[in-house]
Amino acid sequence: MTAIIATNQTILVVGGGISGMTAALEAAECGKQVILVERNSSLGGRTALLYRYFPKMCHPTCGLEINLRRLKANRNLRILTQTEVTSVTGQRGDYTVSLKISPRYVNSNCTACGECAKVVKKEIPNPYEYNLSRTRAAYLPHAMAYPQHYVLDPSIIGTPDADNAKAACKYNAIDLDMQVETIELKVGAVVWATGWKPYEAAKIQPYGYDRFDNVITSLEFERYADPHGPTGGKLLRPSDGKEAKNIAFIQCAGSRDQNHLHHCSRICCMASLKQTQYVREAYGEQGKSTVYYIDIRSIDRLEDFYRKVQQDSTVNFVKSKVAQIKLDEKTGDLILHGVDTEGYHRYATQHDLVVLAVGMEPESNGIKLPADLITDSSGFIEGSADLGQIAAGAASSPLDVNRATQSATAAALRAIQVVYKTSAIEEAR
Amino acid sequence: MAEMKTAAYICSGCGLGDQLDIAQLSKIAQKEGKMALVRNHEFLCNPEGVQIIRDDIEKEAVTHICIAACSRRAKTEAFNFPEVAMSRANLREGVIWIIAQGNEHDEVRQEMANDYVRMGCAEIKKMKLPQGNPNHANNKRILVVGGGVTGLTAALAAAETGYEVVLVEKNNQLGGWAAKMWKRVPFKQPYAEPQETGLVELVAKVSSHSRITVYLNSTVAETSGAPGRFNIKVAQESGSVTTEEVGAIVQASGFSSYDINKLPELGGGKSTNVVDQAGLEALACKAMDTPLKRADGKEIKSVVFIQCAGQRNEANPDHLPYCSGHCCATSVKQAMYFKNANPDVNTVVLYTDLRMPGMGEDFYRSAQDKGVIFTKGKASRVDTAGDACKVVFRDLILDEDAVIDAELVVLATGQVPNAGVDLEAWNPLVTAAESGSEEGKQKKVEMQKISVLNLNYRQGPDVPQLKHGFNDSHFICFPYETRRTGIYAAGSVRRPMDMLQATEDATGAALKAIQAVENASIGRAAHPRSGDLSFPSVRLEGCTQCKRCTVECPFGAIDEDEKRFPVFNESRCRRCGTCMGACPVRVISFENYSVDTVGNQIKAVDMPDEFSERPRILILACENDAYPALDMAGLQHHVYSAFVRAIPVRCLGSVNTIWITDALNSGFDGVMMMGCKHGENYQCHFVKGSELANYRMSKIDDTLKQLGLETERVATYEVAITDNARVAKLINEYAAKINEIGMSPMKGFN
Repeated sequence: MTAIIATNQTILVVGGGISGMTAALEAAECGKQVILVERNSSLGGRTALLYRYFPKMCHPTCGLEINLRRLKANRNLRILTQTEVTSVTGQRGDYTVSLKISPRYVNSNCTACGECAKVVKKEIPNPYEYNLSRTRAAYLPHAMAYPQHYVLDPSIIGTPDADNAKAACKYNAIDLDMQVETIELKVGAVVWATGWKPYEAAKIQPYGYDRFDNVITSLEFERYADPHGPTGGKLLRPSDGKEAKNIAFIQCAGSRDQNHLHHCSRICCMASLKQTQYVREAYGEQGKSTVYYIDIRSIDRLEDFYRKVQQDSTVNFVKSKVAQIKLDEKTGDLILHGVDTEGYHRYATQHDLVVLAVGMEPESNGIKLPADLITDSSGFIEGSADLGQIAAGAASSPLDVNRATQSATAAALRAIQVVYKTSAIEEAR
Repeated sequence: MAEMKTAAYICSGCGLGDQLDIAQLSKIAQKEGKMALVRNHEFLCNPEGVQIIRDDIEKEAVTHICIAACSRRAKTEAFNFPEVAMSRANLREGVIWIIAQGNEHDEVRQEMANDYVRMGCAEIKKMKLPQGNPNHANNKRILVVGGGVTGLTAALAAAETGYEVVLVEKNNQLGGWAAKMWKRVPFKQPYAEPQETGLVELVAKVSSHSRITVYLNSTVAETSGAPGRFNIKVAQESGSVTTEEVGAIVQASGFSSYDINKLPELGGGKSTNVVDQAGLEALACKAMDTPLKRADGKEIKSVVFIQCAGQRNEANPDHLPYCSGHCCATSVKQAMYFKNANPDVNTVVLYTDLRMPGMGEDFYRSAQDKGVIFTKGKASRVDTAGDACKVVFRDLILDEDAVIDAELVVLATGQVPNAGVDLEAWNPLVTAAESGSEEGKQKKVEMQKISVLNLNYRQGPDVPQLKHGFNDSHFICFPYETRRTGIYAAGSVRRPMDMLQATEDATGAALKAIQAVENASIGRAAHPRSGDLSFPSVRLEGCTQCKRCTVECPFGAIDEDEKRFPVFNESRCRRCGTCMGACPVRVISFENYSVDTVGNQIKAVDMPDEFSERPRILILACENDAYPALDMAGLQHHVYSAFVRAIPVRCLGSVNTIWITDALNSGFDGVMMMGCKHGENYQCHFVKGSELANYRMSKIDDTLKQLGLETERVATYEVAITDNARVAKLINEYAAKINEIGMSPMKGFN
C-alpha cells in the first residue's frame, strides 16, 4: 500500500507537466505540503516531447533539469506517477480525493541499469514518440525520465517476456503482482494542471491527415526535428523517407473554426515560425517553408522573432485558409489548393510535406471532472465556484510555456491562500 | 560541529562489480583517499545499503561521505543525508557506461574509476556541511510599488495569504489606468461583451485591508538591504520621509501610453478628433453607454481604429518595435461601445494581424456579429483638416490605396514600460563620474530621477532590463527569474500585457515575494539553486580590492564599502560562484564548493608519465546542462575517451583560472570547458557564466604560451542538455587532437 500523509493543509496538484511541476514546486518552496500526481509514468508532460522553445530556440529539457533538481531537493513534495484522480468530494479546505494508481510493475529498487529491456522481446509503439517509433515493452520513457525507473508495458504481463524481465533484474525491482491501487486522501486545495492535447487532426477532412502519410501534425514534426526522435533529427517524410525540403505549415488547423475549435490556440503561430527555423537549420538556403495563415499572432516581444523569420529568404507567407489538400500519386507530394486573399488569386502549390499546426484542446475533455468544476465552452477549466479548486496552465486556457508557468505560479498562491485561510479559521476556533 | 570523520561507500551493483576491481577501489579510498571507513555493497541504494550509511552517521559519527556508485543525478532519494557533507564518484554513467565493453578496455576503465574515487575522496575532505546564511533576516513584509491593477492585485494576494503589505503609489488615488477605463475586455465566458472593471471593489478591499498600508502621493526614495531586510525610504509629496522595513518587493510600476504626439502623420496631437485608446476611454466614461461624443460635443457617427499605431515598427527608431498585445482586444471592446449605443455607427478596425488569442476569438466574433468592420490595411496618413478625418491607407486585400472618412480616429498606441533607469546607459555614467567627470556626475543625477526603486546597489538603482526596456526574465520556464533577488517585476513593466494577464502576473509575483521572504528567513538560496544553504564567504585580509567580484556578480549581490572592499549580501546571492571564479587572489569560497574542493580533485588524479600514451583531459562541465548531457551520453551508451576526468561545476562562471593552471601544471594534456550557449539568446541561468568563462579563457592564451604550451590545450564549448551524442563526439575529437599535438611536456614536474 502506498502510505501518504495528507491533511487539509496539503495541496494536491493534478498533472506533472511543466505547469503542474511549477505549481507544485512554487508552493512547496513556500513551505507548503504538496502532492503531485501524474497519469503517465514520468514527469515533464508535453514539453518533454518538444525539440526547442520559441523564441530562444533553447531546449525544454534544460528547464526540466532545473525543475527536477528542485524537486529532488524538496522534502515538502510527494510525487505519484501512473496516478489518476477518480473523484473529488467536499469543499474548499476539506476535500477527499480518490486516486487510482496503475501498476508500473517496477518498484523503486530499480536502478535504471537496463538489464530487463535487454531480455524483453516484444516491441510496442513508443508512447513517448507519439507512436512514431517502436520501443521494447520494458523501457525507460526517455533519457530525462523521472522517476528514473523502467516501466513494463501491461501487455507483457503473464507472458514469458515478463518472467524473463523479472529474472534479469538483480535488484528485485520487478514486481509482476502489482495491482491497481485505490487510495483516498484529505487535501485542502486542488490545482488542476491537466494540460492540453492536440486537436484530432483527422477530423479536418479536407487536409487528409488520415489519408496522406505526408500530412503530419506540428507535434509529430517536433519529434522529427529532435536528434533524440525517431529519425535522429532528420526531417524525413513518412511515406518514403525522402528528405522533406519544401514544407507547408498550415495555421489554425482546427482552431478559430466553428466546425472544430472555436478558440484561437495561441501557440501555433509561434510554433510554426519556430519550425521554419528547424528547416533552415537542417538545409540552410536549400530548405523552403511556406506558412499559410489568417493572422500571425506573435504578441509582445515575440514580434522580434516574427520579424526575423520574415527576413528569412527561405520562408514564405501566404494569407490564406487552405481549402483542400490533394495527393500527387506519382511523387507522394501534396498539392495545396486555396485562394491567396492578398490579391485574391487561386493557387495549387506542391509541397513535400505538410505540417498541420493543430490546435490545443483541454486534455480533460472526455474525462469526467468533479461536478463543481466550472469549464468554459471549449472545456478549459475555470476552477470551482468556492475557489478551492484552481486551474493552472494550459488546462485553464490555451497558453504558451512562459504564460503557463506564470499561470501555474499564480495558481500555487491561490492554493496556498485556501490552506492558509483554512488554518486561520481553525486557529480562530 | 563534531570532528571530521570520513567514509567511502563503493557500490558493486549495476555491473560495477563485473567491470571494475572493487577491491582496488576500496584500497585506493583507504590508502590514497585516507578515508577512515570504507565499505562495499552490492546494491548500495537499496534500503539495506542506505541503512549501513545511516548507521555509520549515527553510530560511528561519520560526518563526510563519498559515495562511489552512480551519477549525482541518480538515486537522489536514497542517497539523501542532509546531516553530512557528501560527494558522489560517478562510476556508472561516467565510467562503465561510456567505455566500450571488452577486456581490452579493462585497464583504462579501472584507471578512470580509480581516479573518480580519488577525486571523490579529495573533494569531500575540503567540503563543509553548509550551515545556512548567518546574516539572514526575518522581515516578512512585502513592498508593492505601484497601485494599478497589478499592484493592487499583488498587494491583496499577499495580504490574503497572511503577509503584511506596504503599497506605494505615486498618484493621489489607487487604480492606475484601469481607473480611467469605462469597461474591460471580458475575462470569463461568454466573452461577448465588455465587462465591468471591478476596480472600485478591488480598491475598496485593498484600502480597508488590515494587513495593507497604503502610501499615496509617494515614491520610493531609497532601497537598501537584501531579502528579509530591505530598508525602504518612502518619500511623500509633503516632503516627509518614512522608513519601512520589508522582506521582498513587487515592482508593479506599470506603463506609460506611447506619446500620440509622436505620430503627427496619423493626426496625433493635431486635432481633438484623433485620440489614443485612453482618450477614447475618457469619452466613453463621459457617455456612459449613450452614444459617444467628440470633444466638440458632436455625436460620433463614424470611427476608425488604427491598430499598431507607432508599434511593430523597427524601421522607425521613434516607434515601438514590439506588439503591445492588448490593443486589438481593446479596440474591439471600444468599437462595441459605439455599436452597443448605436448600431448605425460606422466602425472600422484597420489592422495587419488581428491578435486576440484564446477565447478572445469569441469576442472578435461577437464584434463581427455586431457589424464592426475589420479591414486588413495599413494607414499611412490621417488628414484632420475637415470636420471628418480622412484616413489614407493601403488595402492589403485589394492591394490598392484607399481612403475612409471618420469623425473620430482612434490610434491604438502601445505600452511603454515605467522600468526606471536602464543600467546599460547608467554604468558608463558611473564610470565617468568615478573618474571625476562633472558632466558624468550631473547626467547620473539627472538619470536617477526616473528611477523606480532607487536601489543603493553597486550595480545601479533599478532592476536590469531585458529587451525594449521591460524588466522581464530571460527564461521561458521561469518568468519570475529576475536578476535582483527578492525583487519581482509584474504587470506591464515586465511585459506588455492586458488586464487579465496582469492579474495573473501579479498573483504569481506575490507568490515569489512570499517565497523570497521565507527563503531569506532561513538563510537559503532562491531559484535556481533553491534550498541551497551554502553561501559565499570572503577572506578580506587577502582581498586586493580589485572589484571584479562586485562588477561581475550577475545578481548585484555584492556592494563595496568605503575602502572598496566587497560587502556580500548573502540573501541577494544565488550561489552561482561567479565571484569565486572572478577572484584573482582566491579569497572567496562556499562551504561545500571552493577553489579547494575542485582544486583538490584535479590534483588527486593519478598522472601517467609522458611516455605512457595515456593523456589526461580535464572536463569542467556546467552542472545544469553539460553534466546531464554527459550523464545521458552514458545512459544511451555513447562511447567516449577513457582519458577524460569530468568535474561538475555550478556554473562555468565559477571556474577560477587557477584550476586550469593547476591542471596543466600537474600534467593534464588538455582542458575542456563545457558551458551553456551565450550571446543574445544565452541559456546560462546565472546570466553570464559561460560568457565570462569564455572571456577569461581568451586571456589564458598568454599563460599557456609562457608555460610553453599550445593554446589548444584549453578549449571551451557550448553544450546543450540535449547534446548527448554530440558531447561524446566532441570528447573524441578533442582526444584525437591531443593525440596529434602530443603529450604535455609538463608531466613529472610535480
